[in-house]
Amino acid sequence: MGHTHITITEERFEFTAKARRQIIYLLLAGVVLLALGLVISIFGGEAHHGSEHHGLSAPGSSQLVASLDTVAPAEGHGEGGAHHEEKPTWLKRLYTTLWMNNIYFIGLGIIGLFFVSIQYAAQAGWSAGIKRIPLAMGQWLPVAFVSTLVLWFITHHDVFHWTHSYLYDKNNPETFDEIIAGKAPFFFWPGEAGGFPVFYMVRMVLFFGLWIWFFYTIRKNMLAEDQIGGTSFWYKNRSLSAWFLVFFAVSSSVAAWDWVMSIDTHWFSTMFGWYVFASWWVTGLAFITLIVVYLKDAGYLKIVNANHLHDLGKFVFAFSIFWTYIWFGQFLLIWYAHIPEETVYFVERMSTPPYSWIFFANLILNFVLPFLLLMTRDAKRQMSMLKLVAPIVIVGHWFDFYNMVTPGVMKTDGGLGFIEIGTAFIFLAAFLWVTLSSLSKMPLFGKNHPMLEESLHHHI
Amino acid sequence: MEADKHFVVGIFDDEDVLLDGVKKVRSSGIRIHEVYTPFPVHGLDEALGYSRTRLPIAAFLFGLTGTILALLMQFWMLGYDWPMIIGGKNFASLPPFIPVTFELTVLLAALGMVATFLIVSDMKPYKWPRQFDIRSTDDKHVMAIDLAVNAGKSKDEIMRILRESGASEVNEKNFE
Repeated sequence: MGHTHITITEERFEFTAKARRQIIYLLLAGVVLLALGLVISIFGGEAHHGSEHHGLSAPGSSQLVASLDTVAPAEGHGEGGAHHEEKPTWLKRLYTTLWMNNIYFIGLGIIGLFFVSIQYAAQAGWSAGIKRIPLAMGQWLPVAFVSTLVLWFITHHDVFHWTHSYLYDKNNPETFDEIIAGKAPFFFWPGEAGGFPVFYMVRMVLFFGLWIWFFYTIRKNMLAEDQIGGTSFWYKNRSLSAWFLVFFAVSSSVAAWDWVMSIDTHWFSTMFGWYVFASWWVTGLAFITLIVVYLKDAGYLKIVNANHLHDLGKFVFAFSIFWTYIWFGQFLLIWYAHIPEETVYFVERMSTPPYSWIFFANLILNFVLPFLLLMTRDAKRQMSMLKLVAPIVIVGHWFDFYNMVTPGVMKTDGGLGFIEIGTAFIFLAAFLWVTLSSLSKMPLFGKNHPMLEESLHHHI
Repeated sequence: MEADKHFVVGIFDDEDVLLDGVKKVRSSGIRIHEVYTPFPVHGLDEALGYSRTRLPIAAFLFGLTGTILALLMQFWMLGYDWPMIIGGKNFASLPPFIPVTFELTVLLAALGMVATFLIVSDMKPYKWPRQFDIRSTDDKHVMAIDLAVNAGKSKDEIMRILRESGASEVNEKNFE
């Protein structure tokens, strides 16, 4: 009775010429949109060319901000002075969106590894059939390492205010920034403040280095298990995963401070590491779900049924709520305490054009819609509903990262147009290419996974 | 024959045999009154042909009631009935109301679900449950068949089908 026998046939994903062509079209569309956006921005006669500092005196920001200028030296002071050559708006927009998309896609890569790790650490059986999809997403990590290093060296003076040496020059009271100077060791130790950010770069290399090492080691064990079988590789990966998770708990938080929060150098939030993690995590879950659904549509993954989709749907549902909880936890305390150097973060985003609509769209796309659409059991088990909600979450969290990065860099000069969309398409095409080609180079599931049998009989 | 009084009770030792038995009994045209098991048996609901519970719908409605009540309560209290300045904020502003709204939503959804479940399952206080066979609380699976509901078949035939379907023991049970 009961235990219907399911025959397992090894599956391999074929990265077809058609799929490749579609990704290249996506890439070309991105390039065209980006070029168009740049041309419009350069020749379209945008009102401001960065010569004028808009800062916080935007219409719509409250009196609170006016008082801020007297309380703390406003960020970006000294701009327009002799110290700082202001780049044209279009170039700053390009740098900003490059960095923002880079951060967003790092998340998808590292969440791929994180997902695999928690399955091992939790000794989960249900996911045995789908683990290769997040594993393939992890293949983005080495690419992300290179792009992060390259982009950092190109864009750091424009994206990261704290990289300017004049902020640390005590002899020049006009540009010296006491608050940022107080944070100098976090960036520059053991070097000199305002020089090369040794500590910061060491962290960047260490985080990526270890993430990539964990990724390749876990991947190697998974593929060796396909050949040799047995449970030893599973046990090895369980230990590796546990160590990785400990390291990831710290490194994901610090990476969020380094790569995102330090853009608004004066500001800080103790919730921020969690916030970035929550956003990365739910985006990664939505991406995994979407790829699984599309693979099933294409006739792959016969061992995955509505019960596994149900679990993925629950993940997306639950962590959309988790993200909202973190979002609100950060917002409520800052809102209530009403301390100017903290509230400025939300004033810049919530009540300053052109960002207000993005701030609220963020909440609708990432909380209201997934919460209501994925609430019922049937919604989580149906591919059509997952195909609707996962893209909402993926786009929604792109807005979330836009909201974290852009206002801090661009002040009121930011925009959301062809430049930003084109860059997102280029990154998406690259990410899909790396993920799908990695997926095509290994069996679609581990036929010797010790818990494959459990996964086949998964029933909820 | 009066309904809900006279039963034939099949005792099953093993849940796999039980699941098969349920299918066989139902396919022979007998309607099963209820099956009692000492632990949850996966797939039993489907085998018995039960439709899915509508408890989640009740939960949603109770939760929605909590959300609305919480918001009305707070806006009325702090915005109208007894306005207070707290931290220089507006009398009635949404952010501080969210935690209370969340809690009341969860509370009403949870309590409402428990109440609904108790009522639907007929688990009133002081209600003494009927025991078809006390061993269903120990190690036996107990299948009860109402004779009045299955008037088309004789008692002997039902007992025979039960034995053929894997019941290790078949008894009669009458309630006053």
